[in-house]
Amino acid sequence: MERRDYLIRKISWALFTIVFVATLNFFMFRILPGDPARALVRDPRLSKEVQDAIRARFGLDKPLLINTEGNPFDSQFFLYFAALARGDLGTSYNFNRPVADLLRERLVNTVILVLVGQFLAIALGLFLGLLASWRRGTVLDFGTLIFGLFTWSLPTFWLGIILLIVGSSRLGLPVGGMQTAGGRFTGTAYVLDVMRHMALPTFTFTIIMLGEYMLIMRSSLLEVLNEDYILTAKAKGLTDGQILRQHALRNAMLPVVTLVALNLGFTVAGAVQVETVFSWPGLGSAIYEAVTRRDYPMLQGAFLMIAICVVLANLAVELTYAYLDPRIKTA
Amino acid sequence: MALFASQTSASMVRSGISDFWQRLRRSPIGLVGFFMLLVVVVLAVFAPWLAPYDPYAPVRARIDTIYAPPSWEHPMGTDDGGKDVLSSFIYGARVSLIVGFAASLISIFIGGLIGLVAGYYGGWVGNTLMRFTDTFLVIPDLPLIIVMVALLGPSLWNIILAIGILGWTGAARLVRSQVISIKERQFVTRARAIGASNPHIIFRHILPLALPLILANSTLVISLAILNESTLAFLGLGDPTTISWGSMLHFAFGRGAISAGAWWALVMPGLGIVWVVLGWTLFGYMLEELVNPRLRTHHLMPERKRAE
Repeated sequence: MERRDYLIRKISWALFTIVFVATLNFFMFRILPGDPARALVRDPRLSKEVQDAIRARFGLDKPLLINTEGNPFDSQFFLYFAALARGDLGTSYNFNRPVADLLRERLVNTVILVLVGQFLAIALGLFLGLLASWRRGTVLDFGTLIFGLFTWSLPTFWLGIILLIVGSSRLGLPVGGMQTAGGRFTGTAYVLDVMRHMALPTFTFTIIMLGEYMLIMRSSLLEVLNEDYILTAKAKGLTDGQILRQHALRNAMLPVVTLVALNLGFTVAGAVQVETVFSWPGLGSAIYEAVTRRDYPMLQGAFLMIAICVVLANLAVELTYAYLDPRIKTA
Repeated sequence: MALFASQTSASMVRSGISDFWQRLRRSPIGLVGFFMLLVVVVLAVFAPWLAPYDPYAPVRARIDTIYAPPSWEHPMGTDDGGKDVLSSFIYGARVSLIVGFAASLISIFIGGLIGLVAGYYGGWVGNTLMRFTDTFLVIPDLPLIIVMVALLGPSLWNIILAIGILGWTGAARLVRSQVISIKERQFVTRARAIGASNPHIIFRHILPLALPLILANSTLVISLAILNESTLAFLGLGDPTTISWGSMLHFAFGRGAISAGAWWALVMPGLGIVWVVLGWTLFGYMLEELVNPRLRTHHLMPERKRAE
């Protein structure tokens, strides 16, 4: 009963956040200066008819929030949300195609990169953290601590550049993109080609995220291993491996799940940088290209899509947390 | 920490500082971090005297001066415009430190204020503020910062503002939980009993006790601000009139340093960023241990060697 309340509360909160982000998006792009559509409109060389036509085309002739004459919902604000509900994110200035189509193509690429990178980072990080905590106080422990702190201080894009230099010149890995230009591979050859292109970006992503998981696993295991029930288990005669598997790991996993949720913003930042450096055609590089080309509908759409993905991912993690921790009944 | 009315905040601050120096001397991690930071500060402050050339002066570029490898005249080689990398590197330290400090000041000020109010007053004010904070916590910060700077225009002040405004969430939560635990203490009840007003209690009693935690958390905020600034500059949103490590990487990456094999133009500015962030992180690691006694794990380590 209480768990269902928790679920409902979490889901409605996620919905509220999405609406909040969309509203923020709307106001930022209308109120802050810099939109070329509005700049175009004020160009004195254009005749009045052309100015009005441009205004009408971009919907700038309608009032901002509420229409005081006629239909009160005929304002930029409500039209914006109506378009969102239809899945219409506007038309890209640069490509002259609907933004939603462009972003949909790129979303899959980002998801692949992020999921594989995160998975590897978690797996490797947990393993190394486990090793470090088990051999507490030794060089290995200290080494992993320093490694974790060091990778946390690395700018993601810089690590990407270094790996790009080393990887492309020494290992012959591709310099960028998702497929070899003009390759036209199909089937297994295509998959292999994509994997070759994915190697360096994923590796960069993994190293960046690795440090935190390692540190958190190490510290939470250290805490758990100091508990009395571990001593009891040892006295009972359980082997080290059994203690780990049956008692220590399960309780140490909870902070890791929390960390995945906290890291989502960090993950997005990492994705933007990695995709830019390696020219990986995903949502992150979409933001970068939109900024470079001043393609505001694209920028607005990409930001909204990224924010929604993060909110949904956060919700998924929170629901997982509720499933894992039987103590969760209220927020 | 005595709670008698006779102990002033000033004396607490003084004893806090001497306590700090003691701990610093005993912590190798903290010392290393402190030393790293000192180097950067010296570079930034004495840049006009340390840099062999003026990186803001126009240079006439020739084919052989672009991406020239390290030599005696240019210990770190030259960049895409024929400018000395070492001089740009030294001046770049300034922007990193300025943006890092200024942006985190804004973040800590806003976050601290919100945390203080939310924690002290509680009730629906506190809850609403915390809901607001939680909402912003979920929104990914780099894309939002990018959008804000793209719309406001890439000047140094706008960058500081954007990074600062979006960094307050962590400080707010931390301060709020600290304030909640402090306000339950007896001296607050006593102060209220003699008729102290709420703002008086907040600023003269609660704030000095919350300050150490705010300071320890500030190093994290500063590290993030520096990383964010260099990322923005790398993506092309940096202030075009100033030289920063991120913008050096932006031009090197965008103007064929990789193809030209000019590793010096790519490695050095990045190392600068790593150096300053790592320095702050190590320093902050020690500060956190100082402020939060539960983090002190020295007694957990087996008595093997005094190396840490």
